Amino acid sequence: MDFELTNEQKDIQKAAREFAEKRFPEVAEECDLNETFPKALWKKACELGFVGIFIPEAYGGPGLGFLEHALITEEFSRVDAGCGCILTTTLGSEFILFYGREEQKRKYLSLLPRGEAIMGMAITEPDAGSDVASVSTVARKEGDHYIIQGNKIFITNGSIADYLVILCVTNEEGRDRSKRHSPILVETNREGFEANPLKRKLGMRASDTAEISFSEMKVPRENLVGEVEGEGFYQLMTVFNHTRIAVAIAGVGIAQGGLEKAIQYSKQRKQFGSPIGSFQGIQFKLAEMASLIEAARVLCYQAAWMVDHGKIDPKLISMAKWFAGEVGVRVIDEVVQIHGGYGYLGEYGIERLYRDAKLVEIVEGTKEIEKLIIARELLGR
Amino acid sequence: MLMICSKHSMEKMMDFELTPRQKQIRMAAKEFAEGEFPPVAREYDRKEEFPRELWKKACELGFIGLFIKKEYGGLGLGFLEFAMVMEEFWRVDPGCGNILLTTFGSELIQLYGTEEQKKRYLPPLTRGRAIMGTAITEPDAGSDILSALTLAKKEGDHYSISGAKQFITNGSIANYLTVFCLTNPEAASRLNRFGVIIVETDRPGFGAIKITGKMGIRASDTAELRFNDVKVPKENLVGDKEGEGFSQIMQLFNINRVIAAAQGVGVAQGALEKAIQYIKKRKQFGQPLATFQAIQFKIAEMATWVEAARALTYQAGWMIDHGKVDPKRISIAKSIAGEVGVKVTNDALQLHGGYGYIGDYDMERFYRDAKIVEIYEGAKEIEKNTIARELLGRV
Repeated sequence: MDFELTNEQKDIQKAAREFAEKRFPEVAEECDLNETFPKALWKKACELGFVGIFIPEAYGGPGLGFLEHALITEEFSRVDAGCGCILTTTLGSEFILFYGREEQKRKYLSLLPRGEAIMGMAITEPDAGSDVASVSTVARKEGDHYIIQGNKIFITNGSIADYLVILCVTNEEGRDRSKRHSPILVETNREGFEANPLKRKLGMRASDTAEISFSEMKVPRENLVGEVEGEGFYQLMTVFNHTRIAVAIAGVGIAQGGLEKAIQYSKQRKQFGSPIGSFQGIQFKLAEMASLIEAARVLCYQAAWMVDHGKIDPKLISMAKWFAGEVGVRVIDEVVQIHGGYGYLGEYGIERLYRDAKLVEIVEGTKEIEKLIIARELLGR
Repeated sequence: MLMICSKHSMEKMMDFELTPRQKQIRMAAKEFAEGEFPPVAREYDRKEEFPRELWKKACELGFIGLFIKKEYGGLGLGFLEFAMVMEEFWRVDPGCGNILLTTFGSELIQLYGTEEQKKRYLPPLTRGRAIMGTAITEPDAGSDILSALTLAKKEGDHYSISGAKQFITNGSIANYLTVFCLTNPEAASRLNRFGVIIVETDRPGFGAIKITGKMGIRASDTAELRFNDVKVPKENLVGDKEGEGFSQIMQLFNINRVIAAAQGVGVAQGALEKAIQYIKKRKQFGQPLATFQAIQFKIAEMATWVEAARALTYQAGWMIDHGKVDPKRISIAKSIAGEVGVKVTNDALQLHGGYGYIGDYDMERFYRDAKIVEIYEGAKEIEKNTIARELLGRV
């Protein structure tokens, strides 16, 4: 057993922290205000090797693990979760990495760490959210092509991605609902593809979110991820078991950043003649916040470590995700509270944390879904 | 690009898995507790009696004082292993589980004691020949331990100890105690006024009155102590310097708070398992409780809290064993685990409904037992003070 990060992991963490502290503050507010994806920042992060750190060397990445990816995500989110979204530009690459054919890996993975492409994955539909098996976007076979028809919503990077992995119904006749879907790679410049950015999100406004429609979009059969149709649902569950960890740790990062701001503020802010940090009511609050963060962090690291060691534990991953989401929201609520009126105003950047934190409880499996998974693992069917 | 080397060339690896040895110890502790505790737990709770037979057996099997070095009769393991055994014991029954506290204070002797003290006082503990405890708290000095008044006056080559101690674990059954005393009341700083002195309980002037009517952990002995000019040779001072008592006790707390945290994890895990078992069997509205989503969510939350508390506890224990004592982390583990114990036993009792409230299902005992973790070895408020101080510095 060894609870310490390796020196290399500490170096990565430090590099990520320095990068974020140096580059994020100058653009964070503006990206939030204007709802723009920080493209220059993303390019820079690619140059420095932060993007797609889990992509193997053979496909152009550094070949590290999801724990390292989590460490970077945490540090980025600590400074600004919105800007941290530059790390989501590899979203969906996990499908290709785990299930793709060799030429798919070569073609689609290597562009991502180099900053030459952005991708995403399109799962959610207007009527299929947590209930993923209800996805109804259809990929009809016609000769050596699929014809894709349907709508997706809340798609991260939907309007800026170069390609997307789309969950489609390929086997309508499949004997049960979990045997009907397949992931298909779709270049966004294909005819029949349309994306409209969704504006006025509560938080994470630097992150692109779009609704997408496919009308009779033609895609070659070899764009099916892997060789076998009908496995998409199970493949997606495995992908979620990786991407959820990144979302969870973003909750930890946001909370940690907020805690540090609250500590700083409570040492400076004087009321009743002394710094508010000298009041036990504030001290206990800070102690509780720090404890929750520490608990959430160790769950996330543990879940990531297990994944990197081939031990995918959906219960633990869902625990990390639920808990970190809850901790993010709860801690940031206290951070705003400690800042009082200043926390509520835009110029201090505190209210942005409050808005950003909430996403962790919704994206990549709502907290209710995480609890269902945990309960199922504990109780059986 | 970052300086990236290949994944397998690292000098050391983070590792969240227990070693095979740790797994074995855990399994052995679990089997022992499951085999021995259930038939007697309710009875010892009711009678408020220390389970002497269990303690003897646990000694025979090597569970007691496994952190004591081999040359002093222990297994030479770490506090992480101690924490795991405590967790497994508390998972089955907290009251019986506290037979592991019969070494309480030996950590001080092992860390700071003289060679003779180690040879004399440590081996009897693991062999089941002696029980010890540590006496810190006084009627008017609880969380504020620097207010302790028990005085050790120097008289030639002896100390003469006078004072009163309160809520002392093993106080009425111990063969010897490490007692936190004022040895240097004249010292300028309050921090330098104390020493820890080993006191055999058969010395004249020592008196212990067992406290009965505790809410929980009733198989664990608790007593109030009187010292009326108890004469103790000067070589019974732990270590060779007076005035170090406070920092020694803080170190003891660092260790034992992790052990207390493991208690919270254990009682919560035990309650969780009982709740899971119950809701799968119990039918209402024509179906098992476990099929209702509100119940499922509750179970999911309980299990998550337990997992988080466990990870924090193991991490804190591991760090101590690797020479990295981190008071903030330890206090975090203790305060979260204490809270989780109380919260999860409460939820588990709730899931049992009326059956949880009566004696037959053990839930009401777990509910009573769990609360102690938020009180002893530093009340949760003290843990929060410690955490806040580490976060804020002195404000």
